[in-house]
Formats: sequence, structure tokens, C-alpha cells
Amino acid sequence: MIALRINGKGYQADVPPDTPLLWVLRDCLNLTGTKFGCGKGICGSCTVLVDGEASRSCRTPAGSVQGKEVTTIEGVPEDHPIKKAWIEEQVPQCGYCQPGQILQAVELLAKDPHPSEEKIVKAMDGVLCRCGTYSRIKRAIIRASSEVKGK
Amino acid sequence: MKENMPRRDFLKASLCGTGLTLAAGMGGFANQSSAETEKVAADPSGSCHLNIWIRVSQDNAVTVLVPKSEMGQGVHTALAMIVADELEAAWQDIRVEAAPTRDEYCDPVFETQLTGGSTSVRHMFSPLRKAAAAAREMLLAAAAEQWKVPAAQCTASAGSVKHVPTGRVLKYGELCTRAAGIQVPQDPPLKNNAAFKIIGNSTPRLDVPAKVNGTAVFGMDVSFPGMVYAAVVKPPRFGAELVSYEDATTSLGTGVHDVVRVGESVAVCADSFHSALEARESLKAKWDGGTQTDLDTSGLEKLLSEGLSQPGVTARNDGDVTAALESASRVITARYELPYLAHAALEPKNCTAFVQKDRCDVWCSTQYQSAVVGVAVKETGLSKDHVYVHTTFVGGGFGGRTEVEVERDAIRVSKAIGKPVKLIWTREDDFAHDFYRPGSCCLVRGGLDAVGNLVAWSHKVAVQSIVKRVFPGMIQLGIDPSAVEGIFDTEYAIRNFRVEQVLVDTPVPVGFWRSVGHSGNAFAVESFVDELAHAAGKDPLEFRLNMLKKRPGAYRVLQRVAEMAGWNGPLSRGTGRGLARHYSFGTHVALVAEVSVDRQTGMIKVERFVCVVDCGPVVNPDNVVAQMEGAILMGLSAALKEKVEFAQGGVQSLNYDDYELLTMSRAPRIEVYIMQSGEKQGGIGEPGLPPVAPALANAVFAATGARFRRLPISPADVRQALGAS
Repeated sequence: MIALRINGKGYQADVPPDTPLLWVLRDCLNLTGTKFGCGKGICGSCTVLVDGEASRSCRTPAGSVQGKEVTTIEGVPEDHPIKKAWIEEQVPQCGYCQPGQILQAVELLAKDPHPSEEKIVKAMDGVLCRCGTYSRIKRAIIRASSEVKGK
Repeated sequence: MKENMPRRDFLKASLCGTGLTLAAGMGGFANQSSAETEKVAADPSGSCHLNIWIRVSQDNAVTVLVPKSEMGQGVHTALAMIVADELEAAWQDIRVEAAPTRDEYCDPVFETQLTGGSTSVRHMFSPLRKAAAAAREMLLAAAAEQWKVPAAQCTASAGSVKHVPTGRVLKYGELCTRAAGIQVPQDPPLKNNAAFKIIGNSTPRLDVPAKVNGTAVFGMDVSFPGMVYAAVVKPPRFGAELVSYEDATTSLGTGVHDVVRVGESVAVCADSFHSALEARESLKAKWDGGTQTDLDTSGLEKLLSEGLSQPGVTARNDGDVTAALESASRVITARYELPYLAHAALEPKNCTAFVQKDRCDVWCSTQYQSAVVGVAVKETGLSKDHVYVHTTFVGGGFGGRTEVEVERDAIRVSKAIGKPVKLIWTREDDFAHDFYRPGSCCLVRGGLDAVGNLVAWSHKVAVQSIVKRVFPGMIQLGIDPSAVEGIFDTEYAIRNFRVEQVLVDTPVPVGFWRSVGHSGNAFAVESFVDELAHAAGKDPLEFRLNMLKKRPGAYRVLQRVAEMAGWNGPLSRGTGRGLARHYSFGTHVALVAEVSVDRQTGMIKVERFVCVVDCGPVVNPDNVVAQMEGAILMGLSAALKEKVEFAQGGVQSLNYDDYELLTMSRAPRIEVYIMQSGEKQGGIGEPGLPPVAPALANAVFAATGARFRRLPISPADVRQALGAS
């Protein structure tokens, strides 16, 4: 039995500690917003935050995040500037990669509220989108960043 | 546009709770499978079907049942906009729900339930308007009846009917029960197009909020109690036969229930997908043989290349090409080569199925519901009335979800073990068992006269046929239209023009990939036009315009894109502009690419793409822009990076590390202009893609003087070409 803290709530999961966090989230806890894409940490669809760090949950053993705070797409507040900007810019197409894109962007803005375009590209370059929403993702991050106070 | 109505009497009214949709779609597990369905189930209070497409409930919600799969192309919203406008509904009252799979919901032109060919809006525009107009007339009649006034004194607007003389108002929710009992008008009057309030205005997509907050349900997200997870091991080579595997479930680990042979594959079922995956490793499956066990990339390229020297079937033959080439002042010859491509949608293929004695339920992110029904009938022996396909959001289609292999396997496994089964392919399964965009080769010869005018064009294409397997009836007189599309139907005026096609057989399964034959053929055609222009010493824009004088649609987009891009404007050193245009799926697209090339690293930096699209009457303009952006990036990804590698009779590219996609750092700035010039309504999902690769290659030529005739164009190719030049 492992104890997890996800989106501010405590959970118990009866799985071996080497089970990837992705499958614990999806299949044990029914938090299906986090997506399975490649299973090798390449595509970024499964991105979640572990103590604020963007992590590929398909390559993160569930046992390794005990005592840490995990944030998934379900735990990002609806009024978060990133989520609002994603709607304003009409970013998603098929939408499958978007939870991963959003979590990666949430991490970026938490660390650097006003990133340059170059920094946005650097942070987001590892999250794949087959529909080609990259230009809207970039615009949404710039929009969200303009809503974040302070510099 | 074809004004076909669905064959069944789709305007047939049905009373609350007894509607066709309830009977078809709300069986056993619907509640767990779809957020939208859940809302409906939680709202049993008087929702009325005014016809099979439209349901109005007492809380004023108007639900549109959409028969097309939402895979990011915005079809849920576009079709709902058509209904809302004609119905005079208030946009905020509109909801959408995936239609069940029944004959009544078949595409009126295809006569099957399929989302593809960039046809959804074109095929559904008239039928949905008519259905919405009929519903509106019924609501008007209901109000008139209630007020005991002539219907002519009533008007409908923003979800209400108003009695004009007295100013009384009734909302659609207050009228729906009475309206459902009104005789259905068979020929309802349509609004004047000039009165559209919703159609033609950029409207936020209905699926976006759920896709941002994580609640959108894809096939991958379907689950319910008692379900088991299945992973499969599949043959490593095309045509290999399963000879043995370990089927003792006890030795496969905890939580493993069943091992089931499925054709030449083996499925292992477990409590969790992770356990199923781990057990998969211990199955020790062995295969024998294969269609061609030593098949590899170079062998396939050789097959295609040899195809060019075989006699072809003539798909078009205008004038006398042989004579015109003989008498031409100059003859230019070029050969273009295109690789096999994978769909590589981010959602790996998956399906959840539950076969019971008297029914078969299938939850899937499919583009082709009727094919799922077909395979369910075949596998279970049930009649199609007992098959229920629940369409979820599709995590990327691009043609790949018209195949139903994963659905078939899930149905077989569920039937074998008698439990609901969620079968998931890994990313590696998805790459290795795709139906690929076929590779192809084109040999093109063009003749120029003394003043540089094009006098002859001979085009031979060698390609594997997709429709031979999928829709064999499409091959007429030996011609596969999807093999020659984008060549034989050229818009250019060419007096002596010949197109030949050689269909090459290989063991590789091939299928529909965004824009199908156009995806490769446009590269050959638009690259070659550019080569001819340069050989003739003419401006590639003028050279094209000169051959399009009788094709105003193509002429206009080309002229406009050149203006927007500043075609003749100055460029910095090492930078080039390339032009390409193409007509496909009823839509004209012209592109200008601007690139710079780093001669040391061979990296092509795409600075921007300017796009002009003319698809006739537009429903949701921002979505047209999004589809152009997406198609440009997918086309660019293919042109710069993508190629399926084959080895030892199977596929070697198995994940995104050996089949790389374009990432944000290589995505250019994109400017899209929607031209409205009275053209007929065209599609938008696919037509943006074909001209991308030739615009890119033409721009690289302009920047460097090196001509690339083979895709993808890798940095190594660029270094080699520039080192040699």
C-alpha cells in the first residue's frame, strides 16, 4: 500500500511501488485527465507536477512520490491564467496532449512568470502535439503571463 | 453540393422518452462512458426529440446529435452552429452529443457512418439545416397553438417564440413537449443566408473547455467496474504466423486472469493495464514466417522505383505528349520520392468492448462507426440492431481511426472471456501495426518551347493502392483515383498532358493519411512546376498564373498569397521564399514559405508560412484558421522529419524517438487569410497539407540553389547537397 498526495487530497493505492504513477492515477484513482502517450517519457502527454516540477508520470514510479505533492490537470484551478488563456486562444484540437501541455506551461509560469519567447519554446519543446497547436500554445502562454502580476 | 437527405425519414417526430436516440444510445453503460450522456441521464425531465438530430428539454437546452467524430477538426461545433442558426436557438443553450450508430445517422452521400475526406460540413450542411428548420417550424406552430393565434404572427429568435402583435414570449423549453406532437413539415422554409447570425462568425468550440479541464472522455478514458485490461503481443513481421506462447496464467504474475489467442496475436487480460503489460513480457510468443521476412526500407524503395519502369495504366492523356516532348526546345526530367508515413496520433489505439448474450457494446475513438458495427456483427453473430457503438472523442484521427483492427480484437477478447475488456495498444504496437501512408515515386518530364512556355507534361506515379483493400469498387478501368489525385485533376492548363499510374504491391499495410494521395502527389507536381519555371527563366508566380487563367479559384488564392507574403520583396542573404498551391477536397490553398538555411549544420529554419484558403462558405472561421495551422505543421513535420523505417519484414520505427515529430522550436509563424469569393463549399481538414512540402522545398531552392526531390529533407541531406554544389 502506498500513500499519495494528489491535488491536495490523500489517497491509498494497493500497487507495487514500481508501478508508474501514470497508471495509478488513471486506473486506480480514476484521474484520467493525465494521458498515456508513449510510455517512454518522450511525448509529454502524461506530464504532472511533483512538488512543482514537471515530471513524466509514465516514467515516475508511484513509490517515489510518497510524501510529495502531485498536481494533475484536475488539480489546476479552473481560474488559473493558463487554463483561461487556453480557452481564450482556443488551443486544443483533438485535445489529447493538452493536459500535458498545460502542466508543462503551469510549471514554466510558476518558475518564470514572464518568460521570453525563447524560454517558452525551450520549456515546451518536449511536449508533442500532432494536431499542430504550437503557435496557439505559445500565444496562450504569453497571454497568461500578461495576467500574472509582478515582474 | 449534393442535396441528399438521409434515406430514412429523419424528420420523423418522436415523443418524449420514446425517441430513436434513447432506444439506441442509452443502454447499460452509457452513464460511465460519456460526460454528456451523464448530464442527459441526470435530466430526465421532459427532453423531447423534435427529430433524430435535435432534442429540446424543458430547461431550454438544445442537444444536437452529431453523427461525425470529433477528432480536433471542430465538427461538433460546426454542425451545432448550423443547427443553432437555422433553429433560431440561443447559442448558450446548445449542447452536443455523439449520435448513436444507426442507419439514420449515416452520411447522406457515403451512406455509411464515417468521418473522413473533409466532407462533414459539406455533406451535413443541407440535411441539418432542413432538420433545424423543421424543428423551428414545429416550435412556432406549438406556440401559435398554445396562444390560439395564427403561426404567421409568431417569430422565432434566440431560443424563444414571440407573438408579434402582443409581445408575448415562450421559450423553446416551454414549447418542446407540445412541439414534439406537431405534424413534421416535410419542406420547411430555410432562412435567407444573409440572415445567418451564427454561421460565418468565429465561435468558441464546444469541446474546448472539457479538453482544458481534463474531463474530455477519449476512448482511452472509458472505464467501469468489472472491466479488465488487455495488452496484446502482435507479430513482429507482416504476415507472420503465431506458433506458440505461454498460456499458463498462474506463471504470469498476480492479477492476470486470461490469455486469449486473437488471430496471430495473443492478448493477456489483467486487473490493471500495467500488470497486463508486465505479463505480456512473459508470454514467450513465437512466430514463424512472414510475407517477406527480409523486407526493409531500401527493398521497399527499390520496389517502388522498379514500378516506374513497368508499363502503367493511363489515367489521362490530352494531346500528344510524345510528339510535344520530341519537338520541345528543352525537356526537363525529375524524379520525386516519398516515404511511408505513420499517423502517430497521441492517443494510442484502444477499444473497450463488452460482448453479452444479447448485445455488444463498443466504446471507441473511431472515425468509422459503421465498420465497427460490421466487425462486431461478424465476430459476435449478433444482428446489427444489437450492436451499440459509443463514440468518444478521438485523440487524433488523420485517417488512422478508419481502421478497426483494435476494435475487432477487443470484441474477440470480450467474447472469449465474457467480461468487459479494455484493450490498449502501446505506442510501439501503434507504430508497428499502423496502416501507413504509402511511399511513392514519381517520374515527371516536362517540355518547354523556345520562349519558355510549358508545352508537355508526362507524369508517371508508382504507388501502393490504398483503396484496393479498403474500397476496391473505387478502382475503375484499373485506375485508383487516390493514387493519381492531385496529378490527373490538375488545375493547370497543359495542352499535352499524360498521367500514368503503376500500382505496386508490397506486404506493408497502407491506409488513409490526412489528404491521402494529394499528400505526396502535390509535392511532385508543385516542385516540378517550380523547376520548370526556373528552367524557363521565369518567375514561379507568373509561370503558374499564366497556366491558371481559366481557373479563377486557383488564380485568386495564388495572387493573394503572393501579395500578402511580399513575393517580390527583398530578402536577407541565405533566405528564400517558395510558393505552392493545390486544390483538393473542394478547397483552394496557396502557401508561401520563407526559410533560411544554415549551411554548416544543414538546418532549415522555417521563418513563416503565409496561407490563403478559399473553401467557399465558411461556418466557423477561427476553426478554418486552426485547421490550416494544424495542416501546415503536420505537413512540415512530414517534410522535415518523418519516415517509417522497415527492417526484417516489419517496422523499425516504434516510438517517437525513432519517428520524430515536429516540435515547437521548429514551428514557424503562420498567417492565414480566408478568401471569400463565391466558390462552392469545400473541406478544411485536409487541403492545407498538400502544398506544404513543395512550398518548403521551393523555398529551400530559392535560398540555396539546391533542389530536394526526396522527403524528408534532413540536415544531413542539406549538408551533403550544399557541400557538393
